[in-house]
Amino acid sequence: MVNLTIDGIKVSVPEGSTILQAAREVGVKIPTLCHHPDQAVKANCRVCVCEVEGNRLLAAACAQPVMEGMVVKTRTPKVIEARKTILELILANHPQDCLNCIRNGNCELQDLANEYFIRDNPFTLKVRGLQKDYSTPSIFRDPDKCVLCRRCVEACTVVQSVNALGLENRGVLSMVVPTMGGDLIDSACVMCGQCIHACPVGAIGEVEEIDKLLAAIADPDKVVVTQIAPAVRVAIGEEVGMKTGDMPMDVFVAGLRQVGFDYVLHTNFTADLTILEEGNELLQRLKEGGTLPMFTSCSPGWINFCETFYPDLLDNLSTCKSPQQMFGPLAKTYWADKMGIDPAKIYSVSIMPCTAKKFEAARPEMNASGYRDVDLVLTTREVGRLFRMSGIDFDKLAGSNFDSWMGAYTGAAVIFGASGGVMEAALRTVYEVVTGNTLEDVNFEVTRGITGIKEAEVDLDGTVVKVAIANGLSNARQLMDQVRAGESPYHFIEIMACPGGCIGGGGQPITKANAKRVERIDSIYVEDEKCAIRKSHENPEVKTLYDEFLLEPLGHKSHELLHTHYQAKNKKYL
Amino acid sequence: MAEEMRIVLRNYGKIDPLKIDDYIAQGGYKSLEKASSMDKEALIEEVRKSNLRGRGGAGFNCGQKWSFAYKADADEKYVIANADEGEPGTYKDRLIMENDPHTLIEGMAICAYAIGATKGFIYLRGEYPQLIDVLNTAIAQAKEKGILKSFDIEVRSGAGAYVCGEETALIESIEGKRGEPRFKPPYPPSEGLWMKPTIVNNIETFASIPVIIEKGGEWYASIGVPSYPGTKVFTLTGDVNNKTFVEVPTNTTIREIIYQFGGGIPGGKKFKAVQIGGTSGAFIPDSLLDTPVAFDNMSAIGATLGSGAVLVLDESRDIVDVTTRIAKFFEHESCGKCAPCREGTARMHELMQLVNSGKGGQQDIELMQKLGNVMSIACLCGLGQAAPAPVLTTIKHFGTDYNAKLM
Repeated sequence: MVNLTIDGIKVSVPEGSTILQAAREVGVKIPTLCHHPDQAVKANCRVCVCEVEGNRLLAAACAQPVMEGMVVKTRTPKVIEARKTILELILANHPQDCLNCIRNGNCELQDLANEYFIRDNPFTLKVRGLQKDYSTPSIFRDPDKCVLCRRCVEACTVVQSVNALGLENRGVLSMVVPTMGGDLIDSACVMCGQCIHACPVGAIGEVEEIDKLLAAIADPDKVVVTQIAPAVRVAIGEEVGMKTGDMPMDVFVAGLRQVGFDYVLHTNFTADLTILEEGNELLQRLKEGGTLPMFTSCSPGWINFCETFYPDLLDNLSTCKSPQQMFGPLAKTYWADKMGIDPAKIYSVSIMPCTAKKFEAARPEMNASGYRDVDLVLTTREVGRLFRMSGIDFDKLAGSNFDSWMGAYTGAAVIFGASGGVMEAALRTVYEVVTGNTLEDVNFEVTRGITGIKEAEVDLDGTVVKVAIANGLSNARQLMDQVRAGESPYHFIEIMACPGGCIGGGGQPITKANAKRVERIDSIYVEDEKCAIRKSHENPEVKTLYDEFLLEPLGHKSHELLHTHYQAKNKKYL
Repeated sequence: MAEEMRIVLRNYGKIDPLKIDDYIAQGGYKSLEKASSMDKEALIEEVRKSNLRGRGGAGFNCGQKWSFAYKADADEKYVIANADEGEPGTYKDRLIMENDPHTLIEGMAICAYAIGATKGFIYLRGEYPQLIDVLNTAIAQAKEKGILKSFDIEVRSGAGAYVCGEETALIESIEGKRGEPRFKPPYPPSEGLWMKPTIVNNIETFASIPVIIEKGGEWYASIGVPSYPGTKVFTLTGDVNNKTFVEVPTNTTIREIIYQFGGGIPGGKKFKAVQIGGTSGAFIPDSLLDTPVAFDNMSAIGATLGSGAVLVLDESRDIVDVTTRIAKFFEHESCGKCAPCREGTARMHELMQLVNSGKGGQQDIELMQKLGNVMSIACLCGLGQAAPAPVLTTIKHFGTDYNAKLM
């Protein structure tokens, strides 16, 4: 242990701790901007500088290791002048449009400007006037707002190994740019949106489409139908002042009805359906010597990644569409028919934890119903805005049930929202289909948690099936390299592009720390436990769908509506 | 009467730099032989005893630095010669490498033996392409003679960034990354190139080593000012009669360098100011010229020794204009990594332009002082910390020149 004094308070911390860590131990708050709890120390914003007795230079608290007997002062006039001046410098080239910024009220720079009561900035405002990038349907970039903390670059390169973002130029001309300074759409960007979570300000965000929803709701000729992805409920409460996991599903549904949705259905329904299609696809590949290992295909960021970096492994991808895209064509065929609604009038909206889903819905092949299958994708954050705008008091709102035919779901669908959930759901079903036995304990604990790569073995009546699960694309890359080298021991691999799975998706409430992702994962399994039915093949509405419409998994109708194909992206720069 | 004393330039003009036998004939590589027979700790102690302090500008005790790398436990260690020499007006390292490349190689080899390194790099300023062949020829000759044993030296050329003279930015550049400094600690002697223990020393520092080994640490420590002993090479530019170089003991004064070795100001004009140490150096007025050119003596007058560049300005020079150009230089050379340097250098230039063009007021001077003070203690690396020095020192010593330009 190392003993030191911070603002007169004695503290003892393990060797190798930084001043910032030591200060937190004793409740001394040191401001930070480039610091990120799960990333490497950057020490580039210099907002955390402190005085260390005996040193001429100020020390960056985030980077300076503590030393025995160190005397640190965090609130001296010298320190405050330095911090204020640095904030003034950063703010002097930052657009002053907080009022209409996507991060208004949730911005680390805004908080600091407030804490240090920056009023009359002595430096002349000089905004660079850089071009905004709206080239992708998922993510926009506003380089003028960038504070060059480089957290997005680390998210893109280290966490996701996509390397779509990097630095260009130097000095005051420095900027974070997509590959070779081009548009984001021309880079290797997979649209996972992890850069959005990393960004302390409004330099990167989701492409907002709330107005399209409002127009559809206002249109008397449109029947607005929505589906809610499995990971959304645990997080949406964070957007309206609740704790993680606290939004009851029926209240969430009631809120959506208040906003003006005509019908509220659930992506969980098609998550259960995915298990039947994908589970049978796996069994077929195992039986008939198909391409193995089979990869899950629910995560559109992952699909983009595979099409970009591993085009040689596209045959390994399950041909199943994601639950969102299974829902789309079914809503405009099966469900429309059931409800007696003209599919041409259906405006299908999905509520997703994901930015890549916006891109997925817009893929040209996603029109199996004869229409665009999913008309609009809103992220959890956008729905949060919608709720706040609508002024809904969730404490006083009576719950409401999902609408019929595509609203029922099992615990197996719920856990799709967490890394390992698809695998666990598949195992619950595949085990029973193969062995004919009832699975007494449905909990496959080894598949759960935020660990980057997890693996398990399941004995299916003598056949040992080896599975692996990766969340975060740099972890996926490790498994893919193994497959490419012909050294993969697995039969089935689940991959989710985002750390922690969909609960950490690019469209979720801004999530700086992995600790928040873990909280959401925990909530997911609590919800699973509460479900009366926890195996996808026991979903009564899914049974009806097969009995009346699809007839059998992997059948003719399924292939027409629920399965897809993939294409190499052939990006110029990787 | 101050006298020149040549240690690092001892072979200047005496040998053909491309002939290793010339160097050997002058006693070259004897120190390496002697060092190689010494106990490593005793060798490092000898260097420490000489009190040789880094000639690149930071002035850290060389032997102490080596001892950190020596004590670090690692499978690989590196020796890097910092030949980035980017300070405008400085060409001392070029003189050494052009005229006596083997003294650099010998110094590096002694260091490699001392700390246990087998690989060395010479990081050569991008604007010195003509020296690549000179250095490679010398390295090949030493290799051929078996002098370097298992020690390899590779010449790496920079790409023109001033900041790559900062040792960690230099390391990043060798690693193939953007030339940007790292935060310290960890310092290179514990985690440097590819995170291995690394000694980065200036060319002039390495060139001093063979002589220290030959004549002993005590001998060296007795030369010049005791806290910063030895000699220092100065390169004289600007309004001075002899635009030349000179190697002098560190107890020589600035005045002696300008008037005795530099031959004073041409055209019968009066002295105005001298900037020592390169572009980031302080401007020094006449009243402080009797300061010895040693590290701590310079610090005491709010100046730095830096690289040893001596830029003399006569009374006809517009010092506010000169400082404005310097501010532009730093805006251009900031790497952009840390906020106070990236934004601060640009704002400093903006404010200097305002004042220089007659549109500034007292509040702009005060803002520059505040900004300069913050930058000098809060920036990530030496570039940003030193960049405001010319502005701050000219405001301090030549305030009337500023006032004359205010609105």
